[in-house]
Amino acid sequence: MAPETSVMTGNEAAATAARLARVQVIAAYPITPQSPVVEQLAAWVESGELPAEFVAVESEHSAMTVCIGAATVGARTFTATSANGLAYMFEQVWWAPGARLPIVMCIANRAMAAPWNVLNDQQDSMSVRDAGWVQLYCRNNQEILDTTVQAYLIAEKLHLPVMVCYDGFLLSHTMMPVSVPDAEQIDGFLPPFTDPWTIVDPGDPRNIGPVTLADPRNDTEGVAAPGYMEIRALHHRALLEALAVIPAVDSAYHDAVGRSWGGLVWEHLLEDADVVLVAAGSLAMQLTLTAEALREEGIKVGVLGIRAYRPFPIEALRERLVGRSVALVFDKALSYGYEGPICSDLRGCLLGVEGAPPVFGAVCGLGGRDVSLEQLADAARGAVADAAAGMRTRETDWINLHLEG
Amino acid sequence: MAQREISMSKPAVGEAGATGQWRNKRPVMDAALCLAAKAGRVTCQFCWVYCPDGCIAQGAGPVIDLTYCKGCGICAEECPADAIQMVPEALHGACELAEGEEVG
Repeated sequence: MAPETSVMTGNEAAATAARLARVQVIAAYPITPQSPVVEQLAAWVESGELPAEFVAVESEHSAMTVCIGAATVGARTFTATSANGLAYMFEQVWWAPGARLPIVMCIANRAMAAPWNVLNDQQDSMSVRDAGWVQLYCRNNQEILDTTVQAYLIAEKLHLPVMVCYDGFLLSHTMMPVSVPDAEQIDGFLPPFTDPWTIVDPGDPRNIGPVTLADPRNDTEGVAAPGYMEIRALHHRALLEALAVIPAVDSAYHDAVGRSWGGLVWEHLLEDADVVLVAAGSLAMQLTLTAEALREEGIKVGVLGIRAYRPFPIEALRERLVGRSVALVFDKALSYGYEGPICSDLRGCLLGVEGAPPVFGAVCGLGGRDVSLEQLADAARGAVADAAAGMRTRETDWINLHLEG
Repeated sequence: MAQREISMSKPAVGEAGATGQWRNKRPVMDAALCLAAKAGRVTCQFCWVYCPDGCIAQGAGPVIDLTYCKGCGICAEECPADAIQMVPEALHGACELAEGEEVG
């Protein structure tokens, strides 16, 4: 059967990817705007189209715990959540990577409460960037499907969990044409997972993730066992290895299915750009229109989209930003008391690099606040003027904010 | 798992190390009070039941493995005959008392 194009939401694209990946265990708890992902998967399990175990749990903490248990004995697992559900899961969000379990979790990005809000920003997944997952951000529904399938191969090659992040409502509930690969294409790309590190044989039991103190020491058989710091260094090393694996998997996916998404980063009109607009997710897609509009005014603007936020693609960003006149980062999240997370990370990775442009930050779209092309263009014009005036650093710009005084 | 990239061990005696080194008070059993010792048979065994680290062996009376006992004192708390006293390690010479310091 040839691939067919359907019109579907981002959530349906994520569910379709999990089905194509032949997931074996799904555990999830409903939360807006993620719920339709697992409602669709539950329907397919019920109808028999997807021969998987669907575990209906009482919380997101348990959802991740079920995935951890299933992945520990070698199953391919899937879950999805948003915002406060991710926060409720937080303890186990750390266990999954520390135990090196290749779990894939979709995040339909939503604002964190309080105050209560179900609309989009990226504060939820940004708040767990340091937990040791691979984090990939998608720009449209086709990328959600393709990236979620790719996530399994990345996860299983590196023994790391992967978070596939996409903007709530803007993508999760927006319908777009999506080409659905056929099962044979995906089966060729993604073989069954046969190399778990933790599979447990009741006849030969193991303690997994037991108390592991500071220093390495011999185990009861006299074999040197790593200490906590060695385990963490190996985990970090695997994340850095993902800098090569993510593009390689994207390339292999192109060979199998005919589409690729840039690996770590993607760009639009970047080659001769003086001004670079940086963002992750659907906002970066919107910025491509801003760049095109500003080029008509004679300003050489390009877009650098972040697909992999963890690991942070230091070299890919440096080589694309050295020699530009200014980089303006749009964050849909904030490290309260400092600035947007992508902005901080980008400035840090350019610090001391010869020819690096000044990096300015803008915060926008929190809690679903609209951000128009004109507002984005105004922000870009302002950054160009400030850089031309010799500014090297600047306070964070808040776009479309209505505060008096 | 040749690389041992994750923390994993076989369930075995001492797989968490000689945890008795963590102890600052040790349980000392008085056979004259222990119900099992007095009866000369395997009875009571509350200390064996309650030990969270599995370092008490059943017996008449039970035997505490001080290589792994962390000194939590649950056995002393649960003993119905008050046969177990928690005695500071300093009294056993595991660490020196400072001059003038008293053991409570």
